This record gives sequence, structure tokens and C-alpha cells, in this order.
Amino acid sequence: MDVKSEIVAQFTQVAQEQNKRLAPLTDSLALLDSGLDSLCFAIVVARLETSLGTDPFSEDEDVRFPVTFGDFIRFYEHAAK
Amino acid sequence: MQGSILEVHAVDLRGQSVLLAAADQFRAAAALIELDGVARRIVLYPSDLSAEHIAYVAKTAESSILVTDRPEIASANHGVNHLIPVARNIAPATKQSRPELETEWILLTSGTTGHSKLAVHTLSSLADSAWRRDPASASTVWSTFYDIRRYGGLHIFLHATLTGTSMVVSSAQESTADFLVRAGAHGVTHISGTPSHWRRALMSPMAGSIAPAYIRISGEIVDQAILNQIKAQYPQTRVVHTFASTEAGVGFYVNDGLMGFPPELLHQNPKVDMKVEDGTIRIRSTRAAQRYLDTDAPPLKDAQGFVDTGDTVELREGRYYFAGRRDGTINVGGFKIRPEEVEAVLNRHPLVAMSLVKAKKNPIVGALVVADVVLKSPPSEAAQESVAPIEREIQQFCRAELDAHKVPTAIHIVPMLTIGESGKLVRRNA
Repeated sequence: MDVKSEIVAQFTQVAQEQNKRLAPLTDSLALLDSGLDSLCFAIVVARLETSLGTDPFSEDEDVRFPVTFGDFIRFYEHAAK
Repeated sequence: MQGSILEVHAVDLRGQSVLLAAADQFRAAAALIELDGVARRIVLYPSDLSAEHIAYVAKTAESSILVTDRPEIASANHGVNHLIPVARNIAPATKQSRPELETEWILLTSGTTGHSKLAVHTLSSLADSAWRRDPASASTVWSTFYDIRRYGGLHIFLHATLTGTSMVVSSAQESTADFLVRAGAHGVTHISGTPSHWRRALMSPMAGSIAPAYIRISGEIVDQAILNQIKAQYPQTRVVHTFASTEAGVGFYVNDGLMGFPPELLHQNPKVDMKVEDGTIRIRSTRAAQRYLDTDAPPLKDAQGFVDTGDTVELREGRYYFAGRRDGTINVGGFKIRPEEVEAVLNRHPLVAMSLVKAKKNPIVGALVVADVVLKSPPSEAAQESVAPIEREIQQFCRAELDAHKVPTAIHIVPMLTIGESGKLVRRNA
């Protein structure tokens, strides 16, 4: 499974379910400007844990939170290695 | 009082029960200062609570006066005698002689529904008697992510007001980035919020806009990750997490940078009597609320005066760790959700026989709501693969009936649920 396309799919799916307008998902997009709220991110992270088999937020207590969409993808790509 | 935020013309506020439902936090703050000592009761209606509960709250608190700047609330009278708009700005007013009333401050417990209860406090239970104007704190600037109508935010607001420190209030309309920039521009030195508030702040590119000396975390279970993440972002900052509730007041502060708390903390403050009984923290304290106003609410305290916080703890290797709510209440980013309310909706779905709603741990909002569902006609072995559309359809059904936080984020079709000896569903959080 391609990590990036799975993440894009989950952002899109959750935005649609929660009636949020999703900003174009570019690498430099700040996550908090993506149109998703905390609940949406929480759902995205829970679904990615199921589909990718990893939750990098919970795996390392010293993790730094990703800020941009690009950070978010690298965060998961790194965890998937 | 040198001015007034209330557009009072012919209404005498003295001795009245006043329901304050302002959207704007600054105006609410000014109104609180103006009403304390004048009104018999001030009811603090949070800005994130929808208008539908106003009539119940007004009736329960016997409110005769409703003060609001929210058009959707001002459009009906909700059973009160007078509706007073909140002015845009503080207008000059002559100083009135104030009766020395001990005003009751009515706080709504942190639920999002009619299940919030009305807890009775006074200024002396909400504020610490040691809070005095102090020239040494002139350089302190407080702020909080909380709404000041919630216990966590009100505590900070009263601290700032009574010690004469400046405070930057948040706004529901403002983005996290804008708030952080504004807080930074005002030189905020002390700031509080829930773990969910802080996770959101740390995801903002503007997290570096503030450089506080002191950070306080409260309102949800604090895990080691959020403590470490805050410390990594703000290495110079003193990070404290605290155990408090609307009903019991502030219990204790944990200063060692670790999740959970050492048992000694329960016996450190002579003014706050604490114990762990049947697995939950009990608090007897002058900071506790006196009682609930709701006629159908159970007593707030036991015969010895202890408030059962309902927060369970487990002792492991000499340290207590929080283990969720005894009644199964799920805390999603500070919104408390009763599983029974969600189960009632699930059970109305034509395909559902029974359901069990529980919490799933989540690194962004602390916990998410998930549900195990038993169908009236169990899917056959062959159809196991195709339950996904049913799960989605049940979720869709919940979305139409429930606030976003309460909708199960995952639905699992299960063959059966465990019923305990009491005849009730066995609840065990994931």
C-alpha cells in the first residue's frame, strides 16, 4: 500500500463524512489550514492505524507533531519503514 | 464599578438569578465582574453549548433575567422575565451601592448535552483565599485555551482578576494559529489547556509564537507523550498537570513531568482531603461545589462530605495512573460522552438488536467513540465480508442524530455482547 495515496484517501474520506471543505493537499499545506478539525485528525489517525498498521503518534513518546501535510506523510513513511 | 457592559435600563439586577449566555468571552468576563455581589445567582452558559438547553437551565436555576449577545438565544424568552443585551463595549456608569450578597456561581458540568448538571459554587469555593493583588506578579500574563465559562477557564480568569494580572482570552471564532500569535504578541507567560488543546497547538506552525514560563494541563488524562512533546517544544517552560473537576474543584498539581501522580500528593494539602476508595478519587475540600440544582441529580457529596470524582486510578509500582471514568463516560477532547446516549441511538436503527459503546484510545483527542453492534439477523458466514456497507449505514444513521463527537468512528458487527450478573452490559474500555 502506497502510504501517501492512503493518507490522501483518508483525508478526503473523513472530510466528506464530517462535512468539511478540504484544502488542496500540497506538501506545504499547514495541517491546521487543511479544513479538518481535531476530531477529523483523530479519526484519520485511527483509520490509518487500521489500514497501514501503524500509529506513529502513539509509538514514540518523544515524537514531534507534524505541522504540514508533507511532514504528516513523511511521519508515516518513516514509521512504515 | 466604574462602568457597565450590561444594557440595563429599568431592570434591577439586585438579588436576581441571572443567566449569562454571551458568545464573546471578554464581554462575559466584564459581566461576571459586574454581577458578582449584586445578583443572587449567576449562571455561566458556555459559548460552545447550543441554545436548546437554555430553557432547562433557566428553569432549573430559577433565572428571571437572561443576559446574552447570541441572536439565536435572544430570539425567544426561554421563560425568563427580562432579556438584557450585552453591550459591545463597557459604558461609563455611576457607582452603585452594592449589597453584600454572596452570589451563587452556577457552573454546568462538562457534558455537551442536557446531561450536564448545574453545580453551585461561590466565589470563595472557586477562588483561592491566597489570591491577592501582588506587585510582584505585574509581569505575569495569563491565558487559557479554555472557555472561561468552563471550570478550567474560570479558575484562570478568577486568578488573573483577583491577583490583578493581565489575561488574554481565547475566542471560538479564532484559529489556533491566530490565537497563538495574539497570545505571543501580548507576552503570555502562563497558559493552560487540555491535552487536546495542546496537541492542536503543537500541530500549528505558530506554536513557537508563545514562549511561556509556565504551562498547565488539565481536563483530560495526561499521557507521557503530551508532556514530552510540550517539553520538547518549550524546553525552558515549567510544565504542570493538574487534577480538577467542576464538582470537586482543584485536587492537586503534578510537577515532576511524569504522567500519573505519586500517592503522597493526596495528603500534601491540609485544605484538600483526598482518598482513593473503590478505585476512584474522592475529594473533600472547600473548593468543591456545594450541591447540584437539578432536582433529579444524586447528592453531590457523601455523608462525610466527599465528592466521588468518578475518575478511576490504578496503583502501579508506587505511582497512581488514571484509568478512565468508572461510569464509562468517554472524554473526546474534553467533551464527555455517556455511552448510553449513543447506544440508545444505535438501538433505534432497524437492523440493530443491541450495542455497546466504548472508548478507543487516541493520540489526538485522548479517546474516540467506537461501538460493538449485534444485528437482529446475524450475517451468515458467507456474508461476513460484506458487513462494511451495513457498518457505514449505521454510522450515517448516527450522524443524523448525534453531535459529531458522539458518532461512533468505528462500528464492529459482533455475534454477541457480554451481560454481567447484574443483567447489565459488561463495560470495559478498549
